[in-house]
Amino acid sequence: MPKIFTLFMISILLLYSCSEDRDDNLTLQTDAKTTFSFTHYWDDTQITSSDFNTIQYTNANGETLSIETLRYLISDVTFTKENGEKIVIEGYNLVNLKTDTNLTYSPLDNIPLGTYTNVSFTFGFDAEDNIDGAYLDLNSESWAVPNTPMLGSVGGYHYMQLEGKFTNSTTPETGYAYHVIRAADGNTNPPTIEETFIEVDLGPITIERDINFEIKMNIAEWFKNTFQWDLTVWNTMLMPNFQAQLKMNQNGQNVFSLGAVTQ
Amino acid sequence: MMKPCPVRHAINRENAFTDDSATSDGIDGIFGNRNAMPLFNLAWNYDERFAWDGKELSLERQALEPVQNPIEMHSDWDDVVAKLATHPEYPKLFRLAFKTTTITKELTTKALAQFERTLISANSKFDKFSLGETTLTPQEQNGLAVFLDESRGDCFHCHGNPNNPLWTDNLFHNNGLDANFSDLGLGRVTGDPNDNGKFKSPSLRNLAFTAPYMHDGRFETLDAVIDFYSEGLQNSPTIDPLMKKVEDGGVQLSNQDKADLKAFLLSLSDPSFLTNPDFQN
Repeated sequence: MPKIFTLFMISILLLYSCSEDRDDNLTLQTDAKTTFSFTHYWDDTQITSSDFNTIQYTNANGETLSIETLRYLISDVTFTKENGEKIVIEGYNLVNLKTDTNLTYSPLDNIPLGTYTNVSFTFGFDAEDNIDGAYLDLNSESWAVPNTPMLGSVGGYHYMQLEGKFTNSTTPETGYAYHVIRAADGNTNPPTIEETFIEVDLGPITIERDINFEIKMNIAEWFKNTFQWDLTVWNTMLMPNFQAQLKMNQNGQNVFSLGAVTQ
Repeated sequence: MMKPCPVRHAINRENAFTDDSATSDGIDGIFGNRNAMPLFNLAWNYDERFAWDGKELSLERQALEPVQNPIEMHSDWDDVVAKLATHPEYPKLFRLAFKTTTITKELTTKALAQFERTLISANSKFDKFSLGETTLTPQEQNGLAVFLDESRGDCFHCHGNPNNPLWTDNLFHNNGLDANFSDLGLGRVTGDPNDNGKFKSPSLRNLAFTAPYMHDGRFETLDAVIDFYSEGLQNSPTIDPLMKKVEDGGVQLSNQDKADLKAFLLSLSDPSFLTNPDFQN
């Protein structure tokens, strides 16, 4: 009996000790892992790679179209504190819906818990980051913009490649390649360069623990707001088309929105 | 013993490790339906899909197939391993490489794949130009401009650029060769009809040594290839959207642009690759 009692007491002590140890090791979470999940829509209809290659979407101009490729780059996710200080996560993510690659992006840097007046990211690269040939992984993705006089001799990288086929009552099935880059007109002297990356604001957020942001892209927006895109006029060879690039930038302002936030 | 590999690739170092036939014959003299791809810079094929139709998912797995293919080596691995095991040199070489004299097909394909990864071509005239060691002729410079111009050659979307000197995207495209497909290419591998008629973009390095061209070797000269892209495109449901002006047969390059483009493409060839002593027996 004394042995049983002794064992019982030792067990209690061990359990108590273990419990105390756990308490001692508890640390308050002060920062959070952030994850961004990219989803894609044609207005209210979600699009996945399984919807590719079928002509089924109607744009604002009345052309019906398919999607065969959708790749785009986002960079410099930024959290703005209430005092105006910005936490910029240097880095980029090349989303590829065709291959379902990088549909989630989890930056290595954690973010301090707290209230932020805005979360934002850059669609494409800003002028500081859009450096010709600087990113080896993007170079081998054939994501580069040619460094040629026609394109202002600045090189750099694509922001988006949206490709597929379109048709309407008078146009047979025709390919389109809606490629978004930094607008450059090499026909002027000196070349006219206009930065056409887009700062996308997602709004205020209070981060209490690890958090996931759903970033929604409405692909239909690229064709309608505020410029009604006519694919019969502008379908391919759009990289050296300075005006087309400006219109892409115009339409891209409302393409992204914040979806579900979970934490 | 291993006729197809040497015949198709190794013996013909002067062809950048391919052969000069439209399609290649195997051990029994029967021809396949594909042009042998040249072998270089394979280590940078990051998605590890090899062959024109992407059916081989690593260099090691690729090396397994020709032995058993009835048109290529028409053999089996037991036979090959037995012959290697009784060879006067190979057991010693396997011991040096793998610390065992027990030869297996797995070790054999590892050895083949590792050798293939050493086949690096990086000393073309254009490579030297990129390093500032030489200059391009005006014709080559204009050819590069045609290559990089979306409204003329627009070759760069699939075949790289000076910042991607592999000169391929290593992806699969229907480049408008046929209106109807006798060879489904990637579609036969994936079973997806949207992939029908798609083939791997080959590197444009060493074109001077790798004729004939395309997956079936249908074009004997670079001029024929450039003519095809300029005015010979055929429409089909899976044609790549990057193939422009298909209704006109292509972008209608001028004769001067065609000649200049050819001059530039030839600047991507690397004669030193053919004479590298590391690749000789």
